[in-house]
Amino acid sequence: MKKDIILAGVGGQGILSIAATIGTAAIKKDLFLKQAEVHGMSQRGGDVQSNLRLSDKPIASDLIPHGKADIIISVEPMEALRYLPMLSKDGWIISNTVPFKNITNYPDIETVIAKIKDRDNHVVLNAEAIAKELGTVKAANMVVLGAAAPFLDMDYEVLEEAIRDIFGRKGEEIVNLNLKALKAGKDIAVACM
Amino acid sequence: MQKLLLLGDEAIAQGGIDAGMSGIYAYPGTPSTEITEYVQASRTAAELKIRSEWSANEKTAMEAALGMTYAGKRAMVCMKHVGLNVAADAFVNSGITGTNGGLVVVSADDPSMHSSQNEQDSRFYGKFAMIPILEPTDQQQAYDMVHYAFDMSEKLQTPILIRITTRLAHSRAGITRKDHIREQNEAGLPQDLKQYILLPAIARKRYKGLLSKQAQFLEASEKDGFNKYYEGHDKSRGIVVSGIAYNYLMENYPDRKVPHPVLHITQYPVPEKMIEKILEETDELLFIEEGYPFIEEQVKGLLSRGMKIKGRLDGTISRDGELSPNTVGKALGREVSYGEDIPDFVASRPPELCKGCPHIDSYNALNAAMEQYGKGKVFSDIGCYTLGALPPFNSINSCVDMGASITMAKGAADAGLTPAIAVIGDSTFTHSGMTGLLDAVNDNSNIVVLILDNATTGMTGGQHSSALGKIEDICKGIGVEEDHIRVIKPLPKRHDENYQVMKEEMAYEGVSVVIPRRECIQTLNRKMRAKAKARKKASTAKS
Repeated sequence: MKKDIILAGVGGQGILSIAATIGTAAIKKDLFLKQAEVHGMSQRGGDVQSNLRLSDKPIASDLIPHGKADIIISVEPMEALRYLPMLSKDGWIISNTVPFKNITNYPDIETVIAKIKDRDNHVVLNAEAIAKELGTVKAANMVVLGAAAPFLDMDYEVLEEAIRDIFGRKGEEIVNLNLKALKAGKDIAVACM
Repeated sequence: MQKLLLLGDEAIAQGGIDAGMSGIYAYPGTPSTEITEYVQASRTAAELKIRSEWSANEKTAMEAALGMTYAGKRAMVCMKHVGLNVAADAFVNSGITGTNGGLVVVSADDPSMHSSQNEQDSRFYGKFAMIPILEPTDQQQAYDMVHYAFDMSEKLQTPILIRITTRLAHSRAGITRKDHIREQNEAGLPQDLKQYILLPAIARKRYKGLLSKQAQFLEASEKDGFNKYYEGHDKSRGIVVSGIAYNYLMENYPDRKVPHPVLHITQYPVPEKMIEKILEETDELLFIEEGYPFIEEQVKGLLSRGMKIKGRLDGTISRDGELSPNTVGKALGREVSYGEDIPDFVASRPPELCKGCPHIDSYNALNAAMEQYGKGKVFSDIGCYTLGALPPFNSINSCVDMGASITMAKGAADAGLTPAIAVIGDSTFTHSGMTGLLDAVNDNSNIVVLILDNATTGMTGGQHSSALGKIEDICKGIGVEEDHIRVIKPLPKRHDENYQVMKEEMAYEGVSVVIPRRECIQTLNRKMRAKAKARKKASTAKS
């Protein structure tokens, strides 16, 4: 088993909560894991990514080679496209559709979404609307993760356990909210497959 | 035991705790910050009373660590690569004093300058100070090497430099810890009470001592097992690879079998015998190093005498920038893959000041005050406010090193530039700005210093600022006239009065300090969230 994942977004959007959930699940399954993050200046509203690598064998590089990523998981649609050079031919893009516009020259959003949909393997969803319906827009990241769940080669229950581990301290209510967000994302992805 | 999922930085910190260190000293700097933060957050470290507060700068950190080792205990000091420039005086001389308790210096380099002004390679500093250097390959080795470094430091009475780079510092992997935490040292004076007195007569002796230790350092490089020689059947080429670059080499061979002989170097001085072996065995050598061509230059020398050597010097690998599996693959002549090009319409997204950041209001006021004087007269410094160089502000004209805003403004004022403005943050001011301000006061230079006080070290994530609550007193103590120390509150609604204050001080001939003071929006939000959480907890406890 080998999964090379690019997590993408804008500094401050919290892509590391997705990484932490997958990471916790991977450690539970005794998988090898390497996860390179961006800290420092770019975290201030710049583009950020994380290279997350899972395998049942030891992993050499912290960075994924170009053209070898299995999945791009992005919480922002234009940011998903920034990592196309990393994605393998039949790799999947899982992306939120809500743009984060902190620049004046943000491209036409229809063009951005159309480009993602150009690829056969994609799941796009309005994670923020779904999360809002469930109670809080803050759970949008877990909706996106849920949409990626079927492609992670990992039992869904392990991801649920990881969420319980990570959010447990914040109380039952928060845990359930995030579990619901995960499931809502997963259901949409399954319908796309 | 379940593995701990740690950043390379955190693995080093955990290594220090488990190896029995008594103190860690540092000034925040990407990518090194998380080492000290991990110790500060560790319950075990608190129980063991490991000292971990932030220092005013890297030099004070290095010196305090040296003092702790004088007293017989183990100390670690951490910094980003350019921080080692600041600590260099103490660092280089610590090689000559040697140590009593173990001393480990961690310097985190930033090839590709993700968050830095240059990509200098700290290994040169280690060689310059003539001390052993360790360059871990991965998170587990980073953890293990801290133990080894403290042991070697105490055995050979020398500081040890651990050199890491951004990719290891900020990447997570599972770590297996040692099964117990080693006891800290008892305090105890050095056997020779003159050891740390670098008076010429003693320093000459100590320096000879350092020179004579070189053979032991080299022997450790050859024999202690971190440097590894892997045989290979295809001797048309040998590969010398250092530290983390080894992982990129391996990534290019999915079965992890390289046909060529490989020398993997993670400990310095460069192991001469191993280099000789690979040189004799193979027709040409390829050097793959993260950072500068440090080993490559040493082996190639000036003349290289017909040796076929490839690497960063001949352009086989780019002379600048961080390595990746692909750049290494190309250097090896392997087939490398590539996905799809980034569509043209994807716009770049540079970092920016946060919404509600006080610096935004400070720069808006400064730009208004500078309108009558024109562009090109504002010297700045290192911190979030360096983003004032970018649109929409375009306010500043320099960012060189910590503290340089004040001294460069002073020099420009000496040359007749008026007004000469310095923009510096609170933490940067106490790091290296104070002494420059003293120069300006003593010279009665015509400068206006804006100390943007957001009550934290912002760029690195909101660490405690040594300047907190002290800035006016420091300026007064240095000799800035009280009437020309002006505190303003950077808020949009106070824009008019704020730029008036700046204009008044620009009109004054002499040293003025204007302090726009408002807390960093990030740390403020964090505090509010913590408060809300505490309130919620209290109310649920009541019900």
